[in-house]
Amino acid sequence: MSNIPSDLRYTKSHEWVRSGQNGSAEIGISEHAQSALGDLVFVEVPEVGRTVQAGDACAVVESVKAASDVYSPVNGKVTASNTALASQPELLNQDPYGAGWMFRVQTTSPLAGASLMSAAEYAKYLADEAK
Amino acid sequence: MAFIPHTPDDIAGMLDVIGAKTIDDLFDEIPAGLRAGTLGVPPAIGEMELGRLMSDRAASDGRPLNFIGAGAYEHHIPAPVWAITTRGEFYSAYTPYQAEASQGTLQLIYEYQSMMCALTGMEVSNASLYDGASALAEACLMAVRTNRAANSRRILLPRTVNPTYAQVAQSIAGNQDILFEKVDFDRAAGRTLLESLRPYSGQEIAALVVQQPNFFGCLEEVDELTDWAHQNKILLIAVVNPVSLAMLKPPGQWGARLDGHQGADIVCGEGQPLGVPLSAGGPYFGFMATRMQYVRQMPGRIVGRTVDVDGRPGFSLTLQAREQHIRRGKATSNICTNQGLLVTAATIYMSLLGAAGLQRVAAASVQRTADLVASLTRIAGVRAAFSTLRFHEAVLILDRPVAPVLAGLARRGILGGFDLTERYPELGAALLVCATETKLAMDIDAYAGALADIMNPSRAAA
Repeated sequence: MSNIPSDLRYTKSHEWVRSGQNGSAEIGISEHAQSALGDLVFVEVPEVGRTVQAGDACAVVESVKAASDVYSPVNGKVTASNTALASQPELLNQDPYGAGWMFRVQTTSPLAGASLMSAAEYAKYLADEAK
Repeated sequence: MAFIPHTPDDIAGMLDVIGAKTIDDLFDEIPAGLRAGTLGVPPAIGEMELGRLMSDRAASDGRPLNFIGAGAYEHHIPAPVWAITTRGEFYSAYTPYQAEASQGTLQLIYEYQSMMCALTGMEVSNASLYDGASALAEACLMAVRTNRAANSRRILLPRTVNPTYAQVAQSIAGNQDILFEKVDFDRAAGRTLLESLRPYSGQEIAALVVQQPNFFGCLEEVDELTDWAHQNKILLIAVVNPVSLAMLKPPGQWGARLDGHQGADIVCGEGQPLGVPLSAGGPYFGFMATRMQYVRQMPGRIVGRTVDVDGRPGFSLTLQAREQHIRRGKATSNICTNQGLLVTAATIYMSLLGAAGLQRVAAASVQRTADLVASLTRIAGVRAAFSTLRFHEAVLILDRPVAPVLAGLARRGILGGFDLTERYPELGAALLVCATETKLAMDIDAYAGALADIMNPSRAAA
């Protein structure tokens, strides 16, 4: 069973969102996503200052067998990117909810309005997807 | 046996799905006049008849003395080049995806990449592209992906860049919302002046293209053009003739060092001069090299050197995650075909000649072109268009229309050059001529004699 922390919210494209102070949101990809991709060899994170809309492809993860876009789950402006991933993409495999975070966004619309799943909903979504 | 795996039923089924009656219906868009038709070849003939037909067709080309360059160049190709290239071990144009079965081919491509990096002065080369013109289109798309500082889809394209390349770049990249802005050239110098770029200073532009030597054979002031681009946060795309790099400064060293970097950002061009015959326009191959920091945006494949589980050196395709078979619609390119067999020939050509040999080819070509221009401009009614230093091509201005003169030369077995009238009407009756090391003094004399005869028939008797 995949690790799905209960304090995060999730998307159907397997990103997670951690709500911070004053509308800040931290984003990464789920344990399930990193495991499905396999060993990552390259991670491209968005430029700080870039404006993103929910659903925009704004980062890329490449493994030895696939390359996938990572979509912003929220509207806002990128305030930080995890540049350590450029030289250590394995951080994302080892600690997807911690050291493997990808970028932070100062959101411009409330997270409550975004179509995000709770941990329980995401667990059910994964279970349904596996059927 | 048939090499097409689809049965007539398969084909009928597929046509049915898309609502076409026959396969020919798929080509309805192409006007009838442009279709190849049957080429006058019967549907089935014996080997003997076929051999005869092909010899007759080949003979109909004659053996003209060729002074046309304009992007494809006739160089001597030492016999071993194609003898080795066509050995069974190499004889495939396909990409060696299976590292365990393709170490020889992979090593060859690795050597090719290393040679292209040495020639261009760049950090990383891909395994080749389709041809020079599409390589420029790919370079423009790559520049737009790479230049995040500018966040612009505009590319400055001087008119001294091969006009066919400009047209192909427009066809490929123009349909992906890339905007090309033409930059005019100086009529007397035949090159792009810094003054004509100044109006763009401070604007958001993704890249400036500089061709060296330019389409007229003239040398651009690459250092000042590169510096201007970088001062304005514009990437510099160099289009170069690989043979010229044996003599000229490699693009990796153009301009001054700025923020720890020097030179062109992307280098591309046509690989044909390196051991590939003219053969009526193709197949040729394109090349592309860049800085290591931009490697993730470079289209195509790269062969890397690595070690296996036992620590033994080996070669494998790397960085192919950006290609269609993995990224599908989001691949960096959908035409990053590498031209394996032609790259094989180019690598063997460069290996056999070595740096000194390639320098001799370049120097001899420069000399022969200088001799040709000196000979032809002695004829009344012929003058050189530009005063700028040139490589192995030159623009001549005639005192009468070019086409009939070229037709007269062709009747004498001489292909006298590329008529610039249509592409550059403002130059008047302009003719682009080229002489490589393959043109001996007697060939140049033959051209000069024939041209004098056509231009001034009464005085040619002497």
